[in-house]
Amino acid sequence: MNTTAVFDSREQTHQSLERLRAAAGRLNRPVKFMEICGTHTMSAFRCGLHSLMPENVTLLSGPGCPVCVTSQSDIDQLIDLAHHAKATICTYGDMLRVAGSHGSLEECRAAGADIRMVYSSLDAVEIARLDFSRQVVFAAVGFETTTPSSAVAVLEAERMGLHNFTILSSHKRIMPAMRALLDSGDVRIDGFLCPGHVAVIVGADVFEPIVRNYHLPCIIAGFEGPQIAAALARLTELVADGTPALENYYSQAVTAHGNTTAQKVIEQVFVPADWQWRGLGDLKDSGLALRPHYAHFDARLRFSVRREQVKETPGCRCGDVITGRATPPECRLFATACTPVRAIGPCMVSSEGTCQAWFKYSRVKFARKAGVLS
Amino acid sequence: MCLAIPARLVSCRGNHATADLHGNRVEISTVLVPQTKVGDWVLLHAGFAIQKLDEREAAETWAVVKDLRDLGGGS
Repeated sequence: MNTTAVFDSREQTHQSLERLRAAAGRLNRPVKFMEICGTHTMSAFRCGLHSLMPENVTLLSGPGCPVCVTSQSDIDQLIDLAHHAKATICTYGDMLRVAGSHGSLEECRAAGADIRMVYSSLDAVEIARLDFSRQVVFAAVGFETTTPSSAVAVLEAERMGLHNFTILSSHKRIMPAMRALLDSGDVRIDGFLCPGHVAVIVGADVFEPIVRNYHLPCIIAGFEGPQIAAALARLTELVADGTPALENYYSQAVTAHGNTTAQKVIEQVFVPADWQWRGLGDLKDSGLALRPHYAHFDARLRFSVRREQVKETPGCRCGDVITGRATPPECRLFATACTPVRAIGPCMVSSEGTCQAWFKYSRVKFARKAGVLS
Repeated sequence: MCLAIPARLVSCRGNHATADLHGNRVEISTVLVPQTKVGDWVLLHAGFAIQKLDEREAAETWAVVKDLRDLGGGS
């Protein structure tokens, strides 16, 4: 980054915060906006935006971290496949440390299971191609940004005629979660900072129903501090003016209709299905299951995996945290029993989790609470 | 997890390409962004190009990714 760019971005952030304060001064009540993307969570904390915002404007973190919203049951299924089916599990790094009912994939690997971290879904296909003696299961997690790559992996495995490759899909769709949050009435949300990289795939127009049906402003935002600050300023202005609208502040990468090639690949391989979310329960058409034509790539069918209702860890309030019903310090495990070193809930495990962000960026305060510092 | 970073394509072979990721060469898939060519900037997510970018946007995004990495955040 050159000096001019640093100055420009500081100047832009300063101007956005001025606009945000001016608009906040016109509000007759406190407002809460929600971001639904782990990268937004981390970036906002990193820039210190929360403490720069006026008292009556709050930015909540919603169910935007794929690891955090993955149900305990889905994690247990992966561990079960590694332990009992003796399959090779290929997973993105984020999933390794998330605890299921009986430990994490990382612990499972330490106990001798074949669990490998991959960078791309195609790495998992390659592992299967190189060793036919192993059944390879790809842990397919993520929102619409990540789903096309899982779909391509399935198509590639089919093209190669691989009989030892399957996926365990926990893919989720963002819109049903946003609607469920609003319909629940548990949390008052006054506008959304929409996830930029999900929008790259699905397109800006997907968020239009939130404006039309719920009369809430939506701004699609990039991931730099100045971009987030500008989006928050605009959201506050739209609320103060009483003119909800959808605006795209990440137009360099996001178009109205998104990446249609990626959408077609998703559509070809997956079909919307009811899915269980941590904190939100079962949501209609909120997940993606393989279409019948690709059923032979479904690890749940190949290994007859049972989907059981699993109770979440006692005391852990990750479900409340990712739906904006509680902040991390309201959880009695936060920064006491649950820390990044010894995480209990997925929001503390994930590098994009809300609890980890709170812990990292208020670290001295919480280190004191945990007794690490006096 | 949905973090995507800019990379520049240095060679293309069908649906595969070699990309320059701030000095590192990585093999990526361009199947989701057809009609890309050598020299193009793309947004890269988990080994896949998911969008074409203009060069200025790519440089700006790199600045924030570098900040995130320096501070140990993001994934």
